[in-house]
Amino acid sequence: MKRDVTSLQSETKLIFEHSHEGRTGFQAPPTPDSLPAFELPAELQRKNAPRLPEVAESTAVRHYVNLSTRNHHIDRDFYPLGSCTMKYNPKINDEVAALPGFAGLSPWQPASTVQGALELLGELSDALLEVTGMDNITLQPAAGAQGEFTALLMFRAYHMKKGNVRKRIVIPDSAHGTNPASIVLAGYGVTQLPSDSNGLMDIEALKRTLDEDVAGLMITNPNTIGLFESNIAKIIDLVHDAGGLVYMDGANLNALLGISRPGDMGFDACHINLHKTFSTPHGGGGPGSGPVAIKEKLARHLPVPVLKKNGDLFVWDWNRPDSIGSVHTYYGNFGMHVRALAYIRSLGGNGLHAISENAIINANYLRKKLSPTYQIYIDKPCMHEAVFSGNNQKAKGVRTTDIAKRLLDYGIHPPTVYFPLIVPECLMIEPTESETKETLDEFIEVMQQIDREATETPDLLKHAPYTTPVRRLDEAGAARNLNIRYFDNANA
Amino acid sequence: MNIPAGYLYTKEHEWVKIEGDLALVGITDFAQGELGDVVFVQLPDVGSKAKQGDSFGTIEAVKAVADIYSPLSGDVVEVNPELAGTPEIMNREPYTSGWIVKIRPSNFDTEKTHLLTPEAYKDLTSA
Amino acid sequence: MRYIPNTPDDRSAMLRDIGVSSFEELLEQVPASLRLNRPLKIADGQSEWQVRRDLTHMSEKNLSAMGHACFMGAGSYDHYVPAAVNALASRSEYVTAYTPYQPEVAQGTLQVIFEFQSMICELFGMPAANASMYDGGTALSEAIAMARAHTKRQRIVWTEAVHPSYRRVAETNNIALGMTFDVAPCPNGSQSNDTISMLLGDDVAALVVQYPNFFGIIDDLKQLVDRAHSHGTLVVFVTDPMAMGLLKSPGQLGADIVVGEGQCLGNYMSYGGPYLGLFAASSELVRLMPGRIVGITKDVDGRRGFVLTLQTREQHIRRDKATSNICTNQGLLATRATFYMSMLGPTGLKDIGVASARRTQYLMKKLEAVPGFSIAHKGVHFREFLLKVPGDARLFFKFMSENGILAGIPLTKFGMTDERGLLVALTETRTLEEMDKYVALATGYATGGMK
Repeated sequence: MKRDVTSLQSETKLIFEHSHEGRTGFQAPPTPDSLPAFELPAELQRKNAPRLPEVAESTAVRHYVNLSTRNHHIDRDFYPLGSCTMKYNPKINDEVAALPGFAGLSPWQPASTVQGALELLGELSDALLEVTGMDNITLQPAAGAQGEFTALLMFRAYHMKKGNVRKRIVIPDSAHGTNPASIVLAGYGVTQLPSDSNGLMDIEALKRTLDEDVAGLMITNPNTIGLFESNIAKIIDLVHDAGGLVYMDGANLNALLGISRPGDMGFDACHINLHKTFSTPHGGGGPGSGPVAIKEKLARHLPVPVLKKNGDLFVWDWNRPDSIGSVHTYYGNFGMHVRALAYIRSLGGNGLHAISENAIINANYLRKKLSPTYQIYIDKPCMHEAVFSGNNQKAKGVRTTDIAKRLLDYGIHPPTVYFPLIVPECLMIEPTESETKETLDEFIEVMQQIDREATETPDLLKHAPYTTPVRRLDEAGAARNLNIRYFDNANA
Repeated sequence: MNIPAGYLYTKEHEWVKIEGDLALVGITDFAQGELGDVVFVQLPDVGSKAKQGDSFGTIEAVKAVADIYSPLSGDVVEVNPELAGTPEIMNREPYTSGWIVKIRPSNFDTEKTHLLTPEAYKDLTSA
Repeated sequence: MRYIPNTPDDRSAMLRDIGVSSFEELLEQVPASLRLNRPLKIADGQSEWQVRRDLTHMSEKNLSAMGHACFMGAGSYDHYVPAAVNALASRSEYVTAYTPYQPEVAQGTLQVIFEFQSMICELFGMPAANASMYDGGTALSEAIAMARAHTKRQRIVWTEAVHPSYRRVAETNNIALGMTFDVAPCPNGSQSNDTISMLLGDDVAALVVQYPNFFGIIDDLKQLVDRAHSHGTLVVFVTDPMAMGLLKSPGQLGADIVVGEGQCLGNYMSYGGPYLGLFAASSELVRLMPGRIVGITKDVDGRRGFVLTLQTREQHIRRDKATSNICTNQGLLATRATFYMSMLGPTGLKDIGVASARRTQYLMKKLEAVPGFSIAHKGVHFREFLLKVPGDARLFFKFMSENGILAGIPLTKFGMTDERGLLVALTETRTLEEMDKYVALATGYATGGMK
């Protein structure tokens, strides 16, 4: 018997396992008989068709609807994944991005035929410049990591133009992994500095490392501990005095809207994650969008093309000899730009400020209510996220992983765990402004309950989760016996 | 934690065991515990030169990766063929079947002074 | 504020519980000199109705493939997107989930990616594919970085018939690593010539070819691949997935890395983004592959499940030693492509390929007969060809667009000097009427002296 009464867990078929020869879910428009045949020389012809599934549309729909129910997502429940800003994604944004006059544009159309699209990009650029306090911007990078890399290439071009490309970029040890990876791809070495006892950049250590080899500093503000780098002006001055440039990783911009601007702090460049701060949906891991805003001194190095206005007409400027080139084939993730502008228009200037205000209050509320139970890493008011260590629970024999897995049983997505690396047994909680006080109170109760379980029934946690579509998975087995496609022999 | 006698250790958590004129090299019980489930080991080529303190390979766990630093200088004469198919033996038997390479030491008498005794390594890991 | 639930009363209660008297107290770490002590100069928030009205108005200022017959391609194609793809891809479960960091509650996303990888392997005839890259150009960038890491060589040879924009992106992304790039000319539009072999050598990390090539021609690349391999050079194929129902796969031709643009697989043109970079490689290169990879495993009760695997390649673990800085993939686009390919099946993929190719042969034949027009290249064309128009192709485009047709892409768009060149593409959605109208307008254009 193939079917059984429904249990909490289940295994699903793969779409290939639904395949049945002769079925299809698609009918191509007819080709008139009068059209010539397509004659392909035998040596170029494919003999065996690719083994795509053969299913009717109804089978495909049922399969993928079933699969979808095996996901946690924001529209279902709380998703306090630190550093990821899992806020509500307004539905109007998706609707306007799908308008035929946006979705149906070829990127190769001349500017004169896409003035509405360019007007939208212009308005989005202006809004992002106002939020960041910068002078110029590129919307091209498709994600935050690509934004970082783009800015680093501009730093490199800037230093080359001055005759000394320099050798190193400095980061704090609390940096996201994309920072060091991007630095190396931009041709620089990484100098990682330890954070001080307050979780902030260690100014003395910075002074010691600054010299004519340092091309710049990358720093996240608020940092990944959720704290504002209160000495940021001083830090930036030090780097500038040494001839370096300063980059703000904008991962945590949701804390700063209308409160403080990277441009005013003195940063030379920063990226903005539209998929975090400006609510474009994460889509199961993308698409993102990572525009980079810069100061005027870097403008000549912007990637091509650059949006310009000639009289009443928007145009793309390709004639920029000092440009770094292009990091994306077209103009970036336009569909995300449409969504972000819809969001900014919905909120307006005051609404954006309210976003940050509510995000900060929500995070501090969790900090305050959870810190009797979980060890707060730095006991100070935080910005948009609160970072805890699971040390209290580890003493009871329960690891942060176990806490995270147990949260799944309560229907809540766990916080970011084990990042930043400098916090032992780290739990990084970012509630965002989207959540009600009632949701936060529920989460607090669940976290307290899990702590009680850690004391009373630690084994319960070590084997959690119990109520999810599958239970703990053998990740080591997956890496040792690599099985990453359905058919085990490639089909020519 | 298991720190057997008859082995010498490094601060980077490798061990050395002398067998005849060859030195067997692996990682310690402490190291495998910190890494978690080992899923892949990148080994040096047989015939390559190892240099004391330099990395000659990497060990990958599910969510961690670590360099393997050679405890001694010399020629790599053999690598453990079992690690390709069953890297988990490094977790199960780090001091025996989970060995990584055999080296013919070129300067053992000088270099051994940089290695730790079991007692010294125990102090290191319990500090 | 419709996206912020807490009321002023809620906030007061929370601030009280936090132990501060005002929100300002929470900002004590932000120095006063760095505070923006004024409202943001961004207009007041709009109602949803206003947002929809204004953005709709903006969208209507554009000429689009909805109102015009689109003959533009070069990596971005006007295929039909089935309603079921949109219906499935608008489900919150796919749209509002993030990266599958907790696999127990991300089996939907993970299994879809596994199916996607499997389908891409099938299309390209390769043993391994990742969860996707940003777009075709960035996928090529990553292929070059991977070839460099594998061969420890610094030189790339590619052809003039590899998409010029992809080449620009790949150069930008790799230039800081000291890579150099040699372009082999393709005077007759084909990549099978000797000029490519002359540039090869034992210092070349990768040879990059496009299949079908940028001008739409299907080159026979087998000998070139063997030649490159004899130098220890990896061969990278930039491949149109829509051709894979008909053409011998890159895998069968000996490709080491295959990249491509997956927009055509159930995604809209959307003015160039978000798109879908496809990436596949041979088994020996898997550990250098960039981006996310999903593998099969079991849960503690022995049930089949899916997880991100080989994560030690990635930046969040290997940091400055990572093979790539990519963090996301184009999740939702890959998801759409998976839905699309499962409905297409092998016959649908082949049918679209044949429909596009037959329309291409038809239009080429018809336009060749129009005085003043010619087809630039010989050779078998798949779904794209280079048309020579009388006079400047930009003027011809303008004339055609005023008559309801987006006629193609002037070559000058790609920085090429041929002012008469227009790259014309066809998909299954072009009708006989549209093609005949194209020919009639072209005839009128030529004879009307509008050069």
